[in-house]
Amino acid sequence: MTSLLTIKDLVVDFKTRAGNARVLNQISLELKSGEILGIVGESGCGKSMTALSVMGLVPSPPGKVSEGSILLEEEDLLQASNARMRQVRGGIISMIFQEPMTSLNPVFRVGDQIAECVLLHEDISKTDAWERAVEMLTKVGIPEPALRAKAYPHELSGGMRQRVMIAMALSCHPRVLIADEPTTALDVTVQAQIFDLLKDLQRETGTAIIMITHDMGAIAELADRVAVMYAGHIIESGLTKDILENPHHPYTRGLIACVPHLETDPTEVRPYLSEIKGVVPSLTELGKGCAFADRCPYKTPVCEERRPDIEPISEGHAVACHNVEYVVAV
Amino acid sequence: MATVDEPIVVESQSPIREAMRAFRQSWAGMLGLILLILVVLFTYVGPFLYSVDPFEVIWAPLTAPGETERAPLGTDYLGRDILAGLIHGGSATLYVGLAAGFITITIGILMGAFAGFFRGAVDEVLMRITEFFQVLPALLFAMVLVTLFPPSIYIVALAIGIVSWPTTARLTRAEFLRIRTLEYVNAARSVGAKNSRIMWRVILPNALAPLIVSATLTIGIAILFEAGLSFLGLGDPNVFSWGLMIGAGREYILDAWWAVTFPGFMIFLTVLGFSLVGDGLNDAFNPKLRER
Repeated sequence: MTSLLTIKDLVVDFKTRAGNARVLNQISLELKSGEILGIVGESGCGKSMTALSVMGLVPSPPGKVSEGSILLEEEDLLQASNARMRQVRGGIISMIFQEPMTSLNPVFRVGDQIAECVLLHEDISKTDAWERAVEMLTKVGIPEPALRAKAYPHELSGGMRQRVMIAMALSCHPRVLIADEPTTALDVTVQAQIFDLLKDLQRETGTAIIMITHDMGAIAELADRVAVMYAGHIIESGLTKDILENPHHPYTRGLIACVPHLETDPTEVRPYLSEIKGVVPSLTELGKGCAFADRCPYKTPVCEERRPDIEPISEGHAVACHNVEYVVAV
Repeated sequence: MATVDEPIVVESQSPIREAMRAFRQSWAGMLGLILLILVVLFTYVGPFLYSVDPFEVIWAPLTAPGETERAPLGTDYLGRDILAGLIHGGSATLYVGLAAGFITITIGILMGAFAGFFRGAVDEVLMRITEFFQVLPALLFAMVLVTLFPPSIYIVALAIGIVSWPTTARLTRAEFLRIRTLEYVNAARSVGAKNSRIMWRVILPNALAPLIVSATLTIGIAILFEAGLSFLGLGDPNVFSWGLMIGAGREYILDAWWAVTFPGFMIFLTVLGFSLVGDGLNDAFNPKLRER
């Protein structure tokens, strides 16, 4: 498989009153065509910023892409003109946002919003665009699509609205779909439906998906590969199976341990749910050491001295930690 | 037994249509609307029913109402019919109000939209200009503008528009600043919409509710403004307006109360009408207030 989207050494800075916050620090990612790449991490670790950088939507000022490149096949999106970026957005790369309740324009019918998006990218008539909108609504499993297309966003439930957002994002057959926590605002049963829908659509259309989430369960279910982010760094990446079964970075291990399990045997003693102590450090106060050092149970002096580079440990599995061998052994 | 074969189909309602339904339930709004309809009928249908020329001298000057049936509401200091003046003076007043309101809204929305959308340097420059207009005493500035040019109702409307747009500009800017950070604006950008489209097709429709309310109130204020200018003798002397009648009658206010009271009352009704409609629209667009 060829690589469709390549992010190389991306650095994004935000000027804040407290100083310069490096929200993305030397991020490198690769998305192959037709795969689902998961990005996990807790709030504020730079997941959404990665997505916005790819879309060219980093709020500027105060944000600024300082270094690196984002290659769509051979083309560097960071060097692309505004006009070209508008073609890319929605046409080649599209995005689903976190909040379906607020991501649709409240004053227009949902069908019109999807049709508008089609009209921006394709030279077709308004009736054809409307038909495409209805067709897309059918595809995302909305009952009575012809009628629903005439509905206003406030007349639809959260799950329905997220389906509409997915329909809009896929209406121009993009090659990459970025889903930024698409189910965070929805309840669990609807979450499962949306995941199934994304999986089905992905299989059907071959669109590559970048799935941003803080939910390890979602990753396990959907993603082919995973990148774990912490405080603007990618600290571990690899195949989903490898990461879930054999996590190497203390943070990844902590994240996985945080997921509650249902015990099938009622007599079994239920262990306490583990947690990762402490909070993500402020991005303006990152020292020269490892960003996770303060919260790490395996900390050694070198961790405060030098930031670990991300090194491959086996085929397709890379970790940024000084003490990998020790962590795995314990 | 009820059958449940047919799914219940509820007709989709646009937010605007829903607001209009709420407007019909607001007594203030409906009362205002009725007042305005009466004023418009009086102004535009009246001349066909009562065809006395307002400039024509028909009776002795300063005749009180009821003294002669040729001038049911009395005459002014030249002996012109007050009722004819009221009927024929309305269209100029309404024209100035609407035209000035339109100019205010247009300049205000343009300035506010660019300032709020682009922020930064554009915002700084446009807001300094806005403040410049805001700190000038409005009436004085309008008087200067009107006296610079030969008086006509177009100049009066333009002058009122030029002095009153800053409020609308600030309101528009605030709405743009608020809405531009909302997720659906980002979503629109993420499907490839360009700035102009986002400004006029995404943000503006969502900012319209308070702007419509403000436009309605602005028309009322513009009418008062026109009356003020005419009162000072700066209106168009060749066009009959309510303001002109008050201006003409002001020296005789102690001897002939009717010469100023009737046109004043017409202005009062019109401005009240616009204010009540504005209140009604405000309630209609603001569902939280509607519940009260």
